[in-house]
Amino acid sequence: MTPGEGRELALSLRRIRAICRRHMYLLLRSWPRLVSMAYYPTVTMILWAFVTIYLAPTNSFLASAPGFFIGAVLLWDVLFRGQLGVSLTFVEEIYSRNLGNLFVSPLRLQELILGQLALSIVRTLIGVGGACLFAWLLFRYSIFSMGLPLVAFFSGLLVFGWSIGLAVAAMLLRYGLGAEELAWAAIFLIAPVSGVYYPIAVLPAPLRAIAQAIPAAHVFEGMRGVLLHGVFDATLLYRAFALDALYLGAGVVLFAAAVHAARRRGTLLQMGE
Amino acid sequence: MRGLVKRYARVEAVAGISFDVVAGTTTALLGGNGAGKTTTLSMLLGVLLPTGGSIEVLGCDMLRERHRVLPRLNFTSPYVDLPKRLTVRENLAVFADLYGVAQPSLRIDELAAEFDLAPILRRPYGELSAGQRTRVSLAKALLNRPELLLLDEPTASLDPDAGDRMRSYLERYQKASGCTMLLASHNMGEVERMCSDVLMLRAGRIVDQGSPAELILRYGRDSMEEVFLDIARGNVDEAAPGLHAEGMLR
Repeated sequence: MTPGEGRELALSLRRIRAICRRHMYLLLRSWPRLVSMAYYPTVTMILWAFVTIYLAPTNSFLASAPGFFIGAVLLWDVLFRGQLGVSLTFVEEIYSRNLGNLFVSPLRLQELILGQLALSIVRTLIGVGGACLFAWLLFRYSIFSMGLPLVAFFSGLLVFGWSIGLAVAAMLLRYGLGAEELAWAAIFLIAPVSGVYYPIAVLPAPLRAIAQAIPAAHVFEGMRGVLLHGVFDATLLYRAFALDALYLGAGVVLFAAAVHAARRRGTLLQMGE
Repeated sequence: MRGLVKRYARVEAVAGISFDVVAGTTTALLGGNGAGKTTTLSMLLGVLLPTGGSIEVLGCDMLRERHRVLPRLNFTSPYVDLPKRLTVRENLAVFADLYGVAQPSLRIDELAAEFDLAPILRRPYGELSAGQRTRVSLAKALLNRPELLLLDEPTASLDPDAGDRMRSYLERYQKASGCTMLLASHNMGEVERMCSDVLMLRAGRIVDQGSPAELILRYGRDSMEEVFLDIARGNVDEAAPGLHAEGMLR
């Protein structure tokens, strides 16, 4: 690496840090914001824990795998928080009318995206981490009981969440804050075919075919293999990662195309609340 | 800028304008609402793609090499804001990182002293008055010691005292750094004081150009305010009958 390239890399890392700093200032200052990030995953986890307690005495597979629903809901939240982490960061910039400042600065598109992804990891760890802590405190369930495959499940879902988050950010650029609801609702479109709480086999044939193209469906099949049978099927995970790569590429292309279109229409400077 | 055009579906916002800005000087871009000033500035900044024409900024093609130029310029505009829940210092620190400013804390303190921001550095930007926000936006615009500064209504929200101090600072900064400035303003006193060249826009075209003194003389008026009114209201033939014959109107 030449000194010039080294300097450019250092500047690039500083710009990514700037995006992270801008949102971390907000996160760390506001305890209601921090609490709200962990609130929904925790409440959902508690609901499914009680469903488990209710059903376990009459259900053999829950009796043998009491963490089945809790693990599923926690991993689902990795996907959801991963997506929100990207799209809400972008919503925040639009509300602040700060997009013009960002796009006139030396910040490059890939640096903005990397900053958003880094923030998504932080938001996911805070949100899901809080719920995991309560799962252990209240129900003595540790998500880490899944062992090393957990890291693979976490990564597979997080990356898929990023892809959807970038697609949502592209829609926000195209349609403005009118599309904000998408940031919250988009992920639920793929929930039925992701097989979070049931095997893909129970779906009708057309939905089973769609599920094959959804990385989350392969991750949750893999999770069930680990929790119910103690078997880690690496093939499922390879499929999930291959699909993740495709979706992430598509998300980046979609977002870049939306930025280009916004530059053509001249909406970057005016976009705001 | 050469033959710059911006066309939306049925509207031609900028209709083939060409101009040069002399390095180290301040040029005003004047015109009524909808004349094409902000559209022109947006294209110069690279946030709006032109339909046609070319833009060279600081020796680089803005359409192809914008990322080589962006660290060397900066801007303020009433169309953008800074994050409201971040304090003034946090906002400036974030933009110092984005622009790769060396010794950011020192630079922020320098600008805070210059723009009287020290008492409000710890306050959230959203809690500031319009005038204070304008000063912070100008400080943000000067963080990277830009070689080209694009100023869209830079002193619109300032009281006369603060406005005068801001103009004095910009003049000093230009003298010390050789910075080139392009100013869109409705404050004709500001234009007369700061600008060596004025581009008058109407309906996306440059309809006249010259120094404030030349324009005042040409239109037979006493001030730029009166020249502006003549051009904005289309009283050009009556006010400066020789312009068409001289080929000044394009």
